[in-house]
Amino acid sequence: MKFIIALVAAVTLASGSAAAGTEECAVPNSLIASDHELTRVMAQVKERRQLDISVIGTGSSTLPGPDGAQFAYPARLETALQQRLPGIAVRVTAHIEPRQTTAEMVAGLKKILSEDKPSLVIWQAGTFDAMSGVEPDAFSNSLIAGVNAINAAGADVNLLDMQYSPRTASMLNVAAYADVMRWVAQEHGALLFDRLAIMRYWNEEGTFDLYAATRNHDMARRVHDCIGKALAAQIINATHLTP
Amino acid sequence: MIRGLGLTSLLRSPAAVANRQPGQLRVPAAARAAAPAVTLPSGRDLRLDLFRGLALWLIFLDHIPENVVNWFTIRNYGFSDATEIFIFISGYTAAFVYGRAMGERGFIVSAARILRRAWQIYVAHIFLFTIFMAEIAYVAATFENPLYAEEMNILGFLKEPDVTIFQALLLKFKPVNMDVLPLYIVLLLFFPPMLFLLLRQPAFALIGSAVVYVLALHYDINLPAYPNGVWYFNPFAWQLLFVFGAWCALGGAQRLEGFLRSPIVLGVAIAYLLFGLDVTLTWHFDALKFLVPNWLGQLIYPIDKTNLDVLRFAHFLALAAITVRFVPRDWPGLKWPIFQPAIRCGQHSLEIFCLGVFLAFAGQFIISEWSGGPLIQAAISLAGILFMVGTANLISWYRDVEGRSQQKRAQPVQGTLAGGEA
Repeated sequence: MKFIIALVAAVTLASGSAAAGTEECAVPNSLIASDHELTRVMAQVKERRQLDISVIGTGSSTLPGPDGAQFAYPARLETALQQRLPGIAVRVTAHIEPRQTTAEMVAGLKKILSEDKPSLVIWQAGTFDAMSGVEPDAFSNSLIAGVNAINAAGADVNLLDMQYSPRTASMLNVAAYADVMRWVAQEHGALLFDRLAIMRYWNEEGTFDLYAATRNHDMARRVHDCIGKALAAQIINATHLTP
Repeated sequence: MIRGLGLTSLLRSPAAVANRQPGQLRVPAAARAAAPAVTLPSGRDLRLDLFRGLALWLIFLDHIPENVVNWFTIRNYGFSDATEIFIFISGYTAAFVYGRAMGERGFIVSAARILRRAWQIYVAHIFLFTIFMAEIAYVAATFENPLYAEEMNILGFLKEPDVTIFQALLLKFKPVNMDVLPLYIVLLLFFPPMLFLLLRQPAFALIGSAVVYVLALHYDINLPAYPNGVWYFNPFAWQLLFVFGAWCALGGAQRLEGFLRSPIVLGVAIAYLLFGLDVTLTWHFDALKFLVPNWLGQLIYPIDKTNLDVLRFAHFLALAAITVRFVPRDWPGLKWPIFQPAIRCGQHSLEIFCLGVFLAFAGQFIISEWSGGPLIQAAISLAGILFMVGTANLISWYRDVEGRSQQKRAQPVQGTLAGGEA
C-alpha cells in the first residue's frame, strides 16, 4: 500500500517537474466543454477589460490552516486567469463559509452581489446539503432561486459541484445532488464545473491518488491549483477569449 | 357484495379459495364478486426467483461506488433500477405466501408470521449496521487528508455513539446503501391489514394504496431520518409498488393478462423503454444532450427516487409488461442450468440481500485499500456474485437436509414455497 502511494507520488512529481503547468493535470476537453456562453463575462471584458468573479462556497472551496485560502482554487483561479488573459484586470473575491446549506447561501447572495458587482459567480454547492440530508428537491429549488437571483443582478453563473471523495463515499452519497446541479445548470442557463467528474478522472488516470491518507498539505494544494487552472480553461472556453 | 360480514367468516373464508384445485385460473363472475376473489397459482413462479436473484446481483454491483461493472446494470439504461424489481417481487411473494397462510390459518396467525418476518429483517439490518460502523470507525481512525476536511465532518456522528446507535435502532439513522431493509420492514409492518383488504376487495386496496401515494407526494409526507432529512426511500410512496406486486399475486396478474397481450400495450411499453434509454444516455454522453430539449427536461426532471417518481414506476411497468410477455410462467428456459444460480439467490432473498450489502462494503474496502483498477473491480464483482450463489446453494442444501429429517417426524407443511421464502 505504502509502496503504491510512494510510487504514484513519485510518478506524479516526476511528470509534474518534467511538464510544468497545465500538462501535469490536464483535463480532457469533454469534461469542461459546454455550449453555454458566459455572455455577461464577455460583455464586461469587452467593454472594460475587466473580469470580476465572486466565488461562493463552503469548506471544500478552501484549505485548512491560516494560509489555506491562498492555496485554494479561488486564488489559484485568479492567478491562472491573470496569466492567461494579459491586459485584463482579473479579480476573484472568495466568500467561503463552512457549514452552509445552499438555502443559506441564497440568503446571503444579495449582499455579495451588491458589494462585488461580479460578472461571474462561481457557486460551489451541494456538499453540505448532502451531509445534512437536505432533500434533493429542496436543494434544487434553492439552486434555481440562486441562479435566477444572480442572473437578475447581471452576472453569469458557474455551478461547481462536489469533490470526488472515494474514502467517504460509503457515508456520503453525493450522486443525487450532483445530478440536481447538472439539471439546474442545463435548464436554467448556468455553466457547470463538474469537479466530481474531473477529480474522478484524475484519480483514474493516476494524476492524484485520492484514496491516499496524508497529513501533508502538498497534494491538497496541487489539487486546488489544478482545479483553478481547469476553471480558468473552462471560463476561457465559454467566453471565446483567446489567451 | 361481501358474503358474511362477521369477523369469523371474514377471517376464514379465504380457506375455501385456497382449497380449490391448484393451477385454476378462471373464477366464475359470481364467485369472484364474493369474498375473496383470489386464486393462488400452485407451485412457485420461478420467474419471480430469477428476476429477484438478478435484482440482488444488480443491487450488489450498484452498491460498490467505484466499479466498472456498474455500467452493465439497468439503472444506466432507463429510469428505474433493481430496487423497483426487488420491492415489486417482494410484495408479490409476500402476498403469495402470507395470502395462502391467511386463507388456511386465519388473520392472526398469518399476521404473526408477517411480523416475525419483519423482526428477522430488523435484526439483519442491525447486524449490517454494526458492520458498517466498524468500517466507518476504521476509516475515521486511519484516513486523514486536508483536501477532504469538509467531507470528513460526516464522521461527526462517531463522537456521539449513544445517539447514533439509538437512532439506528429506531431506523432513523441509515447509512448510505442501507435504506432498502428499513423500507421493507415498514412495508411488512403495515402488510397484515393490507393483505386482509387485498384478499377481499383487491381493487379497493389498490386504489387506497394509490391514494396514499398521491397524498404522500402532494403533501410531502415521509418518515424523518437522523441527523436530519427524511428517508431515502419514502415508504408512503414505495408502498404502491409493494401493494401492486401483492395485488398481481392475488389474481391481479390474471386480470391484466388480456391487457398485457394487446399489441398496443407492447408498442407503448417498447416506446417508453426507448424513451427512457434515450434520456439516460444523455446523462452519460454530453454529445447526446440535444436529445432532451429544454422543455422536455423541465417537464421530467428531477426524476425523484425517494418518492418513486411516476416516470420510474412507469418504466418498471413497461419492463414488467415486456418481461411477462416474452418470459411466460412455463418458459422452458427457467429450467436451464444457466439461470439456476440467480434463481437460487432469489429464493433466499433476505440472506442474499444482506450478504450483498456486506460484500459491497468489503469490495469497496478492498478497492480503496489497494486502489483497484478496472480488472480488480471486475474480479471483485464476479467473486461477490459467486459468493452469493455459493451461499444460496448452501442454504438450499441445508434446508433440504433439515426438511428431510423433519419430515420423518412430522407431516409436511402444506403450501410451502418449493424451497423458497417470502
